[in-house]
Amino acid sequence: MPLLEIKNLHVKIDGKEILKSLDLTVNAGEVHAIMGPNGSGKSTLAYVLAGKAGYEPTSGEVKFDGKNIFDMTPDERAAAGLFLAFQYPLEIPGVATMTFLRTALNAQRKKRGEAELSTPEFIKRVREAAGKLNIDQDMLRRAVNVGFSGGEKKRNEILQMALLEPRLAVLDETDSGLDIDALKIVADGVNRLRALQRAFVVITHYQRLLSYIVPDIVHVLSGGRIVKTGGKELALELEARGYAEYQEEAVE
Amino acid sequence: MKTAAEAALAEAFAAARDRLPGDDAVAAQRDAAFGLFAKEGLPHRRVEEWKYTDLRALMREAKPLAPPPDAAAKARAKAAGALLGDVETRRLVFVDGAFVAELSDLAHLEEGLTVDSLADALSDNDPVLTRHLGKLAPANNVAVALNTALMGDGAVIRIAAGATIERPLHLLFVASAKPDASFVRSLVVVERGARAMVIESHEGPAGSDYQVNAALELFVGDEAHVDHVKIVGEGADALHVSTLAAAIGAHARFNAFSFIAGGAVVRNQLFLKFDGEGVVAGIRGATLLNGRQHADTTLVADHVAADCQSREVFKAVLDNEAHGVFQGRIIVRRHAQKTDAKMMTQALLLSERAEADNKPELEIFADDVQCGHGATSGAIDDELKFYLLARGIPAAEAEALLIQAFLGEAIEGIEHAGLREALLEAVAAWLKARK
Repeated sequence: MPLLEIKNLHVKIDGKEILKSLDLTVNAGEVHAIMGPNGSGKSTLAYVLAGKAGYEPTSGEVKFDGKNIFDMTPDERAAAGLFLAFQYPLEIPGVATMTFLRTALNAQRKKRGEAELSTPEFIKRVREAAGKLNIDQDMLRRAVNVGFSGGEKKRNEILQMALLEPRLAVLDETDSGLDIDALKIVADGVNRLRALQRAFVVITHYQRLLSYIVPDIVHVLSGGRIVKTGGKELALELEARGYAEYQEEAVE
Repeated sequence: MKTAAEAALAEAFAAARDRLPGDDAVAAQRDAAFGLFAKEGLPHRRVEEWKYTDLRALMREAKPLAPPPDAAAKARAKAAGALLGDVETRRLVFVDGAFVAELSDLAHLEEGLTVDSLADALSDNDPVLTRHLGKLAPANNVAVALNTALMGDGAVIRIAAGATIERPLHLLFVASAKPDASFVRSLVVVERGARAMVIESHEGPAGSDYQVNAALELFVGDEAHVDHVKIVGEGADALHVSTLAAAIGAHARFNAFSFIAGGAVVRNQLFLKFDGEGVVAGIRGATLLNGRQHADTTLVADHVAADCQSREVFKAVLDNEAHGVFQGRIIVRRHAQKTDAKMMTQALLLSERAEADNKPELEIFADDVQCGHGATSGAIDDELKFYLLARGIPAAEAEALLIQAFLGEAIEGIEHAGLREALLEAVAAWLKARK
């Protein structure tokens, strides 16, 4: 059974159809890249999967681990193992990063019928994961993402992913706004989590990230549907030739 | 044309006038104060300062003055003050407005600390009253006038120059089940360079529509460091009007915090005067209301002297049909150059039927000052909430986290760690009860 199965998905935002008959199948262990020009529907797909209000389908189905995700609230999807790394992580003044991480982790464990982590065990896990991502103690003491640089916010997303250990991680333009050093740290963080039971959907506009997170399958999303699927070499082709030919196809 | 409540107050004063404590000078003070009430009546919405809290409409009747508490009332009061949890305080307990020595902690007073009841001080013609009583509370405020006319008891606290009182002083006002009225007046005089914290808490049972009018005059000497915390945890049907009037001396540090979660109708007044240069003050508050609760915080921060810094942060969380009011006025007098005053008031509306009224005002007569104010009101941010949901945090818990964060900005300003924790706990308990 595939981990994620999207069939004939149509999504309208404010009356405008953004996703038009999108099909995608992701198996455990795979890394998929979704590339496409601006406005092709990449972020919409990410939000539909995570369950953001206003991003509901008009038709089609999405199954996560065999279950219809539209029957699940966003927090239920997260507890079932779906993770979205936000393109623009939000700042939450007044909520300490540690409180946030702990509340999220324990809420998920509770929903899965697992015991809450003890404080020392939790702190140990955070320290370990943070250390690998060059996140210092001072960042962890601050409110969530408040006063963080763009790169720090993205690293914080990867830290959350590392702690929550999702089964499917959707990375929405995690490379945007990162310099090359930050990009490597983020990519290493993702690569460490690659595993047989886990899959990734890496959404990006540029090929650059894919030199560090090497995908198994590359899709081109244009005009709200997947117009081409290939191996990792497709990303290089796109880098060289641009999206022009696919945008042609998308014009109705 | 008098309302029933106004007529009842006049009768109560006439009946009590001759047995209320104090000498002729105090009696004259009472008469003058009642005279103002007789002339003005209960304040109503056409009186600007009371525009959002129409006491004439909200106070349908005036309750009789509470008799001295009986043994049962005193016994019940033993359980009071739970909100403060483990915070080590020196308790001074008042039941239905009367000081109860046997419930209070008067043993081993720190050096430099003197504690009396107002009733005793009035009966003894204590000279501290002549010098201080009625000197700070604005005489033209009708709530204050009623308090002055009918004050029966309260605390009189003196802290000698240079003394450090480690244990916070806790004035614990408890209402018994009887629907009576109490008028308490306290006086706190902190001399030069002394350090103290005064907590004033008010609580009582739900189901009794008792009335409380409390006033506290606070003198903060030069270079003193004083924290005042008021906790309004009155029963759900109570009417609570209270006033803090403070004068702060040169180079003093002063913090005031108001935590309002109880009562049907609450009017919380703060009249603060920065009398000496170089004061650093933090004036904050958190209000949590649900049902049809109404709470009004009215603040006047009067910068008289130069070089004072004040920060005002007031937050309100309003659910159901609750009504939150904040009126904040910063006055900068002609000689108060280099004043640095910033006021922020924010309301978080958890229901479409809740109402927040924010009225910030600046009156500036000096030309070299930094002053500002801001006011916001709105619902919980959906984007922030979605971020928490997407991490697996259920909706109710996500909202609670965001509400705690919203109030946190005000509560974090409390320097006493134990008290800060106790109030954060109280917020958590309020959120839990909401679900």
